Amino acid sequence: MELKSKMETKDLNFYYGNYQCLINFNLVIKEHQITALMGPSGCGKSTFLRVLNRMNDLIPNARVEGKVLLDGQDIYAPGVDAAEIRKRVGMVFQAPNPFPKSIFENVAFGPRMLGVNNKFALSEIVEKSLQGAALWNEVKDILSKSGLALSGGQQQRLCIARAIAVEPEVILMDEPASAIDPTSTLRIEALMQDLKEKYTIAIVTHNLQEAARVSNWTAFVYLGEVVEYGKTADIFQHPKDKRTEDFITGRFG
Amino acid sequence: MEMRAGFRKSLRGIEDSILMMGGMVADSLDRSMEALKNRDLVLAQKVIDNDAGINNKRFEIENKCIEVIATQQPLASDLRVIIAALNIIVELERIGDYGVGNARIAIMIGDEPPLKPLIDLPRMTEKTIDMLKRSLKAYINLDAGAAKQIGQEDIDIDNLYDQIYRELVLFMVSDPRTITRATRLMWVAHNLERGADRVTNICERIVFLVTGKMEESEDSKY
Repeated sequence: MELKSKMETKDLNFYYGNYQCLINFNLVIKEHQITALMGPSGCGKSTFLRVLNRMNDLIPNARVEGKVLLDGQDIYAPGVDAAEIRKRVGMVFQAPNPFPKSIFENVAFGPRMLGVNNKFALSEIVEKSLQGAALWNEVKDILSKSGLALSGGQQQRLCIARAIAVEPEVILMDEPASAIDPTSTLRIEALMQDLKEKYTIAIVTHNLQEAARVSNWTAFVYLGEVVEYGKTADIFQHPKDKRTEDFITGRFG
Repeated sequence: MEMRAGFRKSLRGIEDSILMMGGMVADSLDRSMEALKNRDLVLAQKVIDNDAGINNKRFEIENKCIEVIATQQPLASDLRVIIAALNIIVELERIGDYGVGNARIAIMIGDEPPLKPLIDLPRMTEKTIDMLKRSLKAYINLDAGAAKQIGQEDIDIDNLYDQIYRELVLFMVSDPRTITRATRLMWVAHNLERGADRVTNICERIVFLVTGKMEESEDSKY
């Protein structure tokens, strides 16, 4: 079965002022697959993720050259609405960051901003999103409780529910399990396998084992460049590039 | 949302493949003995040709195990399942080679007049196949008790080998013209005896899988 490209960067060069952070970055994020980006600290992984949904727009002196395609359309083309892009390409961050609101309001926030006011409709969206994040059964009787009262793993799933409430097409995850206990991590990884049926997922991780367990495709990023990209099983068994091999085996990092 | 669903599926896949490989190996032993008994040289050649399939299966399972180790970091009993699998497929592949060895001997013997109707060699084959099939059942069921029991039955194979050996020596001593045929049959018996030893090794691995300890069973007589 041919896998479609959902997002793709072409000759992407990214600068913070004069500092070039991403160099001729060409990468495909395949639809309904989990793509992991791994690499040493400071190599540009998180920057790349933020390029994919224009979060870097918020940073002064940030400059993008090249193309970033979502379903073949350049998201940096003049006239493209960044907010619309961020609805289609959602983000889950490293440290769970629920709003200081009720569980219900956390999930309803996005749809409300998009103009959904009907109480019944919002309740439906909240339930569907919490179910999608495998959290509904744990919180269905405490929806009015503060999101901050949940455990770390539950908070992260709440953030996932919040992200999927606006019906994105792509979910970006920046080290989603680094701040969570191992059991919750495995639950989130199991959830990601379910989520990829409906969404496309790109994940940045420092945790090689997590990348190996959870992803279908892996890119090794070093000094702002894609060194190697391929099927995860191939990358972790017989990487082609010596730098990838050295990184995976811990010879540098 | 099953935890590590993909990983569990991979482990079950490895298990199923080992059962399949075991079936192919049992067939190899069975059909090579059939070929020997019935002087069926076409069947013997089929056994030889089918060995490539057994070897391919071994490498397929090995590659799967390596992929699981690389991508899923199995620990504790999961790790022992993979390590046991890697060892078991080597043993199975060698047992398959013994079946091929016996098929080659069937071809070598060709249509030479038989020394005597084959009785003990088929018994030895049946017993070896029975031990093999039960050992794979013990593997699936994680039954260390059954594995230990099967390991102890190797003595029955050794006793059969003794019997065959003595009988063939008698033939050779009484008529030197039987030496070539007798030594070939001795080699068949030797292959079956080694096959049963390999099954014992598989049983040791099953005990290891369940208990985490490698315990060597009693030394074979040969």
